Amino acid sequence: MNAFVAIVRRDLLLAARRKSEVLTALFFFMIVVSLFPLGIGPETAMLRRIAPGVLWVAALLAAMLSLNRLFATDHQDGTLEQMALSPTPLAVLVSGKVLAHWLTSGLPLVLLAPVLGLQFDLSARALGVLMISLLLGTPILSLIGAIGAALTLGVRGGGVLLSLLVLPLYIPALIFGAGAVEADVAGLGAGGHLSLLGALLALGVFFAPWAATAALRIALD
Amino acid sequence: MLQAHGLACDRGDRRLFSGVDFAVPAGEWLQVEGPNGAGKTSLLRIVAGLAAAAEGHLEWEGQAVAEARDAFNARLLYLGHAPAIKDDLSALENLQIAAAVAGRPLDESTALAALRRIGLGGREDLPSRVLSQGQKRRVALARLLCSQARLWILDEPFVALDVAAVDQLCTILDEHLARGGLLLFTSHQAVHLAGSGGSLRLGR
Amino acid sequence: MINWFKFASPASFYPLAGKLWPWFAALATAFCAAGLWISFFVAPTDFQQGEGYRIIFIHVPASWMSMFIYCVMAFWAAIGITFNTRLSGMMSAALAPTGALFAFLSLWTGALWGKPMWGAWWVWDARLTSELILFFLYLGYIALTSAIDDPRRADKAGAIVALVGVVNVPIIYFSVKWWNTLHQGASVSLTKAPSMATTMLWGMLLMALAFWMYSIAMSLYRVRAIILEREHHAGWVAELPEMQR
Repeated sequence: MNAFVAIVRRDLLLAARRKSEVLTALFFFMIVVSLFPLGIGPETAMLRRIAPGVLWVAALLAAMLSLNRLFATDHQDGTLEQMALSPTPLAVLVSGKVLAHWLTSGLPLVLLAPVLGLQFDLSARALGVLMISLLLGTPILSLIGAIGAALTLGVRGGGVLLSLLVLPLYIPALIFGAGAVEADVAGLGAGGHLSLLGALLALGVFFAPWAATAALRIALD
Repeated sequence: MLQAHGLACDRGDRRLFSGVDFAVPAGEWLQVEGPNGAGKTSLLRIVAGLAAAAEGHLEWEGQAVAEARDAFNARLLYLGHAPAIKDDLSALENLQIAAAVAGRPLDESTALAALRRIGLGGREDLPSRVLSQGQKRRVALARLLCSQARLWILDEPFVALDVAAVDQLCTILDEHLARGGLLLFTSHQAVHLAGSGGSLRLGR
Repeated sequence: MINWFKFASPASFYPLAGKLWPWFAALATAFCAAGLWISFFVAPTDFQQGEGYRIIFIHVPASWMSMFIYCVMAFWAAIGITFNTRLSGMMSAALAPTGALFAFLSLWTGALWGKPMWGAWWVWDARLTSELILFFLYLGYIALTSAIDDPRRADKAGAIVALVGVVNVPIIYFSVKWWNTLHQGASVSLTKAPSMATTMLWGMLLMALAFWMYSIAMSLYRVRAIILEREHHAGWVAELPEMQR
């Protein structure tokens, strides 16, 4: 458990020393979301309709930005080897890295989303559902992303390949996440979507660190 | 006692080495020698468990390593080519985090003492980015001072060190051997260590 | 009892595959000829959909095949991870292009069918959308395995992709279906042809069999090429009659 805490602390510390990387993803999220009204037009009824999808797709893309570096720097400087040799199972340490990745790239999106949702004239209730859906959904993005990042570690053209591998797997999270907000706006209640999102999250927590660890072992061999 | 039986390693479709046997008893060292590309690093990585051997197996204290990997890892310290130093963290943070990941957290005073002994006094809190190559190496070597691992596997530990640091590292290694520790390392230079040991030559 | 593990070695599988693939290719041609004959000349014209519906004789078996091949790939991946056999990775790699081809064929014929039926080349129907995502999964697998130089590493990484993908395929299919009902998409489905006539069913089954045989023949043929490529250092390859020239 000590090693898990040490990994989370280290990655948070590194993120704090390199704030620009966290902020870049955040600015990217803001800019992408703001582009849609400019491209589509400022008609509020239309904006309200597209808001959940736009915010969620932008969140997917923003979460992708930092995935490249999730294991790459550790691989380069030899830290990954030390993690693999720890008496703590590598899957536990990988979970620590995923948690730190979510805290630095997913959680800020969750906190920023309601502000951007205001641009799209979403009601306070819908903003709340949006936040909950992102709160449940962004960890899924980090978890699945970790598998892709581990698989493309040290591979030619890893960045583009990573998006090709990971984006199709993000689709269920996108559908249930954006669907929750849409259902709420339509007055249908978001409970079903949110519980499915929660189920996906549980599945991811259980399965993804294991798969990412297997992929890391291949990259180390 | 660390024993290897018939280790073999493939890189791509080339066989790097095969039939490597050795035994390192407690308190002794083994230097792996050979020309570039003979598979020295690969052998160390196989022993450390980072890479899989194409053939053969390892025993630690008479037990197959593959069956007790976590217990073996708890007794092992491996330093590879890359020093595992984060540029954005200070020497002190690097050392403490590395120790925590290795399962033996360090308190600050022990870590500071180790850094001072390795010659980094006064630089403990600088980001490692500003340290020289040799100083970064020393941060990695400070892990040896705090380590309670029985088996040390060091890949080219003398690279980028000045004369004084080489002497100091030899002293640290001697102390480890005197405590009954085991040492497996590669080096291109002749190393004078106290105690008994041998060398293993890879590549014909 | 056949010793299956004997054929797990590329050296003994290579000649076996060489003997088998022409038979499967011949069967594929025969079934395809029979299936196409039924689907074009025997099966009656659909009173609702006219002649255009005949494309389902290609479309439906291609969709089945694309999904089935992904499962077979995942099966080989699981075998490869459990038993660490070289051949299983090669089988996965040999199957992927065929699977991608069928996924593409299914999308293409779906579009061709959609234009006269729905009046649009593409409709966000749940099945078509899932098929599109399946196509992306195939592309991801192929792109990853071809980007890794070391074939053993490529096989292992591919195996993880295939297994992660196969866990996700039902989730994706279910989520897309859910999404589709929420948005009230197209109500006409390709496979829900009202009261399918027995001749139509026969045509479809024959075409499915033809695609099966084609997939087996192609993957055996391709796995032979992969074996030669990867084992060209091995002694048994140099002794092959085709290498004596």
